[in-house]
Amino acid sequence: MGPEGTWEIITGNHAAAIAAKLARVKVVPAYPITPQTTIVEYIASFIDSGQMEAEYIRVESEHSAMAAAIGASAAGVRAFTATASQGLLLMSEVLHWAAGSRLPIGMAVVNRAVGPPWNIHVDHQDAMSQRDTGWLQVYVSSNQEVLDTILMMYKVAENPDVLLPFMVCLDGFVLSHTYMPVNIPRQEDVAEFLPEYSPSHWKLDPNDPITFGNLALPDEYQEMRWSMDLSMRRALDLIEDVSEEFFQKFGRYHGGATWKYKVEDSDYVIVTAGTMASEAEVAVDELRDEGMRVGLLKVRSFRPFPHRDMAEVLQDRRGVVVIDRSIAFSSGGPLGIEIRSSLYNRSGSPPIANYVTGLGGRDVTYRDIVAMAKDGIGRIMSDRLRRPYYWFKLKPEYERIELSEEVRM
Amino acid sequence: MTLTIHDLRKEPGSYLPGSAACPGCGATLAFRIASRVLGPNTVYVVPASCFSVIQSPFPKSAISAPLYNIAFPAAAATASGVYRAYKMLGKDVNVVVWAGDGGTVDIGIQALSGAAERGENILYVCYDNEAYMNTGIQRSGATPLLAWTKTTPSGKREMPKDMPMIVAAHRVPYVATASVGYPFDLANKFEKAKKIKGFKYIHIFSTCPPGWNSPVSKTAEVAKLAVDTYFWPLYEIENGKLRITVKPKKRPLREFLELQDRFRGLTEREIEELEKIVMEKWNFLLHLEKSERVF
Repeated sequence: MGPEGTWEIITGNHAAAIAAKLARVKVVPAYPITPQTTIVEYIASFIDSGQMEAEYIRVESEHSAMAAAIGASAAGVRAFTATASQGLLLMSEVLHWAAGSRLPIGMAVVNRAVGPPWNIHVDHQDAMSQRDTGWLQVYVSSNQEVLDTILMMYKVAENPDVLLPFMVCLDGFVLSHTYMPVNIPRQEDVAEFLPEYSPSHWKLDPNDPITFGNLALPDEYQEMRWSMDLSMRRALDLIEDVSEEFFQKFGRYHGGATWKYKVEDSDYVIVTAGTMASEAEVAVDELRDEGMRVGLLKVRSFRPFPHRDMAEVLQDRRGVVVIDRSIAFSSGGPLGIEIRSSLYNRSGSPPIANYVTGLGGRDVTYRDIVAMAKDGIGRIMSDRLRRPYYWFKLKPEYERIELSEEVRM
Repeated sequence: MTLTIHDLRKEPGSYLPGSAACPGCGATLAFRIASRVLGPNTVYVVPASCFSVIQSPFPKSAISAPLYNIAFPAAAATASGVYRAYKMLGKDVNVVVWAGDGGTVDIGIQALSGAAERGENILYVCYDNEAYMNTGIQRSGATPLLAWTKTTPSGKREMPKDMPMIVAAHRVPYVATASVGYPFDLANKFEKAKKIKGFKYIHIFSTCPPGWNSPVSKTAEVAKLAVDTYFWPLYEIENGKLRITVKPKKRPLREFLELQDRFRGLTEREIEELEKIVMEKWNFLLHLEKSERVF
């Protein structure tokens, strides 16, 4: 068991801000957007009151927030920002730029639906749409996990084998504005776990001048993207190691790239991410009470994608129920799509029922998850799994139209 | 103290021989002079522009100072981040944006305005070749009235944005116009900007022989005529006070226009109209020079 911290009852956004402070971030470019705003407000108050030593840049857009974080990281300091939804989309260009520059910037993404119409509530469409920017992406399901994961991911991202930026994705309002008890580790313990950032690869330094990012021709470019992919894959093992190290030091373990709940003897496994995974734990217990051997595999790291965990846990099960909170239009849920690619080409790959639900903040309770699990298991058992994915919790009149649509698998 | 050619010759600058610039490039002329004044303790942030290419492809570089390339709209924000990081590290480094007119007056204006309003301690340089030259001569918000570009084949119908005045309206400590036709005026403005704390802006008229179809041997002459015909007046606004730094004897605008094909085919009436606009601007500047503060 690790050393004692202090207990506070705080929101997910407050936890994210405290994590940035504990990480001794040096530059925070900030731009408000619901439901992220209170993160940058907390950080402003930390800096203003002298609790945190950092430069705070009140930028005029999220594009500039990320661009400024890039500049700060390129100059050699740890940088942090936070955003959501449209803000993340506006950043998109510079998200690619941050990753391509191999700058381990940290960002809290408070997941929120994308417009139009305006909707400030949770789904994962914002972050999922940025899944191929070269950022590490971890989805969390408690306020404690928000704080701990930001600290852990700086350690992963800054490792010379990785050197990629990361986003910790927390569900809008469900975590961002909900109070939970959180253990705040002591600053000195965090400093031991996460030393000051000192880039070993490159930085903007007049004493060691380099030009970064100039034109690369076709005979140079592809290897640069390959090296990003390689680093991302190498990050998988590091996430496991750092999670273990964090556990040794602080006594808390949220899983590595995935978190497994009652999967050992499971016939069926539910796979999901974010706060739906907390609901799914309750659903698993309910289903087990009814005599169904069901387990949960929570995806924490979506980038890098834990193909190996998927194969190890899901292979030879009777079936898998994957629940997504975003839609890859006409294709399915992003989790469902990835998991199919983990299991295809393997013997004993189970049937997969993929559900898309909870968009724009539509509530997904453990009862909904029980219902999806039963629907999926029923389809798998009776060989009625005819669609690559199913919409769940549509209003009845829309559900009728959806079910009358012919879908060829 | 005024910089002379002897001072400039002492400094090697940050521009190495063998770049990928076009013959007669005004932007490189500007960079050669500016980097000699700014010295080696300088970091450059460059958005998409001709300069993305001029510095030459990986793994080579024609720039000997640290230089970071960033996406088109983002230069001023990135430079802000660099400056703030150095501030936290206790390092005193010149942080300079080196951008074209598209990256400044159009796609980059938001980040530029934000950084100016925040008073970031950076020097923003716009080398202005008056169109999107890197993509092959399309009109920008800096393209002059009636100028030919590939997206204004019969001449631009709109006035360019008055970018130095737009920046000055942010009440930043230093704004200046410059021209590669007046190298010592340009050098001295960098010398001044280097010593001022806060947001500085220098807008350099930079001849573009391929874009304007002007003779490659006449880059300096075209840029000098721009000033001498009052097409591009040279002034600075220091703490709100405007001063015209070069007051040449007025030459007919026609002499400047005739050296470039982008103004070919203008009617006498159009040339008269441009001449009128140029004189109005000049007289306006003379008027502003009398004010205690323009902003």
